[in-house]
Amino acid sequence: MASGREIRGQIRSIKSTQKITKAMEMVAGSKLRRTQQRMEASRAYATRIATLVRHLAQAQGDEQRHPFLVERPEKRTAFVVVTTDRGLCGSLNINLFRILVGTMRQRQQANIELGVGVLGTKGAVFLRRLGVPILAEARGIGEHADDTKTQGVLKVLLDAYLSGVVDRIILAGNHFVNAMTQEPYLQTLLPVPPLAEETMAGHWDYIYEPSAAALMSPILGRFLEMQLYQAVVENIACEMAARMVAMKNASENAGELIDELSLVYNKTRQAGITRELSEIIAGAEAV
Amino acid sequence: MAADQGVAEQQQTTRMMLDIISLEGPLFQGEVHFVAAPGRQGELGVLPRHAPLLTELVPGDVHCDLPGGERLHFYVNGGILEVQPHHVSILSDLAVRAADLDEAAAMEAKRQAEEQLATRRADLDYGLIESQLAEAVARLRTLERMRRAGQRN
Repeated sequence: MASGREIRGQIRSIKSTQKITKAMEMVAGSKLRRTQQRMEASRAYATRIATLVRHLAQAQGDEQRHPFLVERPEKRTAFVVVTTDRGLCGSLNINLFRILVGTMRQRQQANIELGVGVLGTKGAVFLRRLGVPILAEARGIGEHADDTKTQGVLKVLLDAYLSGVVDRIILAGNHFVNAMTQEPYLQTLLPVPPLAEETMAGHWDYIYEPSAAALMSPILGRFLEMQLYQAVVENIACEMAARMVAMKNASENAGELIDELSLVYNKTRQAGITRELSEIIAGAEAV
Repeated sequence: MAADQGVAEQQQTTRMMLDIISLEGPLFQGEVHFVAAPGRQGELGVLPRHAPLLTELVPGDVHCDLPGGERLHFYVNGGILEVQPHHVSILSDLAVRAADLDEAAAMEAKRQAEEQLATRRADLDYGLIESQLAEAVARLRTLERMRRAGQRN
């Protein structure tokens, strides 16, 4: 059995780890509140512009349709993968990678080539090891969602789409359900999937002012920017929530370990005292 | 029953939903009789059952008439206007109620922009300053229109 002093040392080191995990839990908790607010603020805008663009995809104009709205045979698919920069956030990234790798396999079997644009250090490291061709990557996007970095990745993929190198762009990230639950998702970004809504069916089109050509690019550009921005801020909120929960569990586990070790420590201490006592008594009797 | 339908139909023809959504969240959602917005090609007014329309907005004043007869004024710094027969959406990076506009700040922004333009220095980004000036002027105009509308009531 370990000596009392060894156990005391173990308890001390676990306690200091627990202090760190508790601090991280608290930091993640306060950041969660802030990032969640930011995510909710822009959500209405992102949802509505998505609806608008899907209306656009459904509108039947006589003019030539914007390439972002036209479905092409899928020869090469690009994924925009939104991940975290840092670890210690439970299985957030791993769950996302699982569904991502699943759909990538399916496409490989169907002889569709792959490509990725990856946001976040964790994803960059993982996908590099996986050997998927990386078209663009941004590491260290931080908690404030560095726009120049994230939009740069999007720009590379959009150029690839417009030049016909890539026929489909799929966004992969995590949905924030609540602080306890995050759900990985895959969502087709381009070509824009038309809205399946009965009331909007039939032959109709917008009146475009000044012209369809002049409006399409800024609106679609804004839509894509917004989808990515929303995905990034949502993923950051997910990261904070997942980290908070992971650190809470870690603190609790450390507490349990400390309790167990204290018990062992007290037992050994008691055993030592009993032994000493019985030695003294035995010595006294011998005299 | 038939009367109810008649009323419902009439309401359908005189009312529509309006959503004004900025990057900071929804600013207004509700039924209105009429909306006016600053389109790229001039101000446009929208009544219920308007044909589907899509246009860009420039900085300026958005106002709408509520079923109670009240008129609300908003300021938008540009954005997108989508019109569906019974649903109008305004998406703007920045939208505020006209009553919340800060007149002093708008005056100051206008003065600064004009001053910078007057110096005619070569290293200035004229496009940026001109758009700042346009925004400040649009803010002031929105305030003025709201005041005039208020006096009339």
